[in-house]
Amino acid sequence: MNKTLVVVLTGLSVMLIHGCSSQPPVESKVAVEERAPTVVKPAAPASPSTGSQTSGGVTVKPLPPTTTAVSPLKDPNNILSKRSIFYDYDSDAIKDEYRPMLQAHTKYLNDNRSARMLIQGNTDERGSREYNIALGQRRADAVKRLMGLLGAQDAQIEAVSLGEERPRCEEKNDACYAQNRRSDLLYGGEY
Amino acid sequence: MNRATSTIASLLLGLAMLAGNAFAQLTIEITGSGANQIPIAVLQFAGESALPASISDIVEADLQRSGRFRMLYAGGVSSPPSELAQVNFADWRSRLADAILIGSVRRLSDGRFEATFRLLDVQKRAELGGAVYTFAASQLRLTAHKISDFIHEKLTGERGVFSTRIAYVVKQQGRFELKVADADGQNALTVLASPEPILSPSWSPDGTRLAYVSFQLKKPAVYVQDLIGGRQIPVANFKGSNSAPRWSPDGKQLAVVLSRDGGSQIYLINPDGSNLRRLMQTTAIDTEPFFSPDGQFIYFTSDRGGSPQIYRASIGDGQAARVTFQGDYNVSPRVSPDGKTLVYIARNSGRYQLTAMDLESRQTQVLTDTQRDESPSFAPNSRMILYATEVGGRGVLAAVSSDGRFRQRLTVQAADVREPAWGSFLGN
Repeated sequence: MNKTLVVVLTGLSVMLIHGCSSQPPVESKVAVEERAPTVVKPAAPASPSTGSQTSGGVTVKPLPPTTTAVSPLKDPNNILSKRSIFYDYDSDAIKDEYRPMLQAHTKYLNDNRSARMLIQGNTDERGSREYNIALGQRRADAVKRLMGLLGAQDAQIEAVSLGEERPRCEEKNDACYAQNRRSDLLYGGEY
Repeated sequence: MNRATSTIASLLLGLAMLAGNAFAQLTIEITGSGANQIPIAVLQFAGESALPASISDIVEADLQRSGRFRMLYAGGVSSPPSELAQVNFADWRSRLADAILIGSVRRLSDGRFEATFRLLDVQKRAELGGAVYTFAASQLRLTAHKISDFIHEKLTGERGVFSTRIAYVVKQQGRFELKVADADGQNALTVLASPEPILSPSWSPDGTRLAYVSFQLKKPAVYVQDLIGGRQIPVANFKGSNSAPRWSPDGKQLAVVLSRDGGSQIYLINPDGSNLRRLMQTTAIDTEPFFSPDGQFIYFTSDRGGSPQIYRASIGDGQAARVTFQGDYNVSPRVSPDGKTLVYIARNSGRYQLTAMDLESRQTQVLTDTQRDESPSFAPNSRMILYATEVGGRGVLAAVSSDGRFRQRLTVQAADVREPAWGSFLGN
């Protein structure tokens, strides 16, 4: 439960970062008064947690200092946060663009021998569900095989298929189908 | 090819109908393979208004749904007869009825009910058969379905499937439910509910267990669940994916598809998870196993020839022969319980369509005009095929007669319905 929450929060912060960075630069000719940011938590029950102060019914809690101890697997600036491989229609060929990412994950697994990885192969929704399980398996197997060639240990990786059952996009068009033809890499604790 | 086949089929059907109609004017003929619809009137049962639902309405809906009968308007009879002597045969003859069903219901002193019914031959002015069923109110629908089965067998010479059951999966608001219902979709019960996908339900031949694939461990694994006790047993949960379970006709083993030794390959396993053995060894995808009714062969989908096609392998030595040759996508093979017909899904210019192949002549016929057909399943009497398709972007179940002439649809409001499996005959 807590784990899910953490993942959701991490996801949110990643979205926020993306949201900020994708904002077009604003050219402002208006003088803006610089003000120190204040953190206000309205209507929060007074908590006995350390470091919080109460003034006039408003609890003020200083933000913890930003640490550099973000997991490399979650750091959006780290290639290890890249987890998806997308495919052409009816293909399990891994495009060259994914090679650096798979090399990085292979190195991470070798540096962390207790880490476990689950590769989930997926297909678009067209055709037989059972046959699509087999097609997704072929995609996941191909990723595992390439990581093996790059030096990963077989015992650390399991390749499975979710077939067409877990689409990322549910519309019925080619753009959506392209998002659903993919393999996802998950580490132990993430699934 | 398909056009030629369907032309021949319609010619044959036309002949059958002509023969049937001419014959129907004389007397009721019990035919083994008649495509003609038998005109029948189901009269209200005397006293059935005391029941929570009308038996005659359920019987009428059953017969209608089978596609084998033409229902005649049974109204306008001031007080429906419940005895042979009360029947005005001349009237029913003028209404072109071949058969009529009459009956009555009475409450017993122990609170149960007793339904008496008689099936009458209008031309001969004689009784074709009848029975007395005793039942509790909770068994009302089952009793009506058994009466429908009786009529079906008497008039067509083949067992009815009205009292059989179906399984299917409903996806609604991100949740998956494996359900079991009567063949008419009523009395649905949830066998398994999960936030993770459920697929490939397969009935044990005795109707007491379901095998299926669940993603409850975040990957596909095969389970068998006892429908009475509800206990779920993991049968195949090996490294990699475990999918496509199918019971052997004797119920002693399952065919499953595993990726544990690389690729997707077909294995046999006992329903308790013991005695695993590999059927074939290829570098291709081999999946969707389905036993022939005699248990000697497995039909399956393989891309060993470059595109997914249907093959048949001997259980004894694993030797395989290709079965489909038209087109570049033929999947999901199922053989009819009488062993005569193979149905599968063929892709024709981007449309995925239920297709039938006569296993003797190898003639094929597209049975539907929908776009996204999947997961066919034969009725235990081989006359209808239940399958999943898509209408208005939503998953629905549909059924079609094995000659493609008669179609029907089963939907669940505001939900996706998929993965149908028709159970076998229960009891004798």
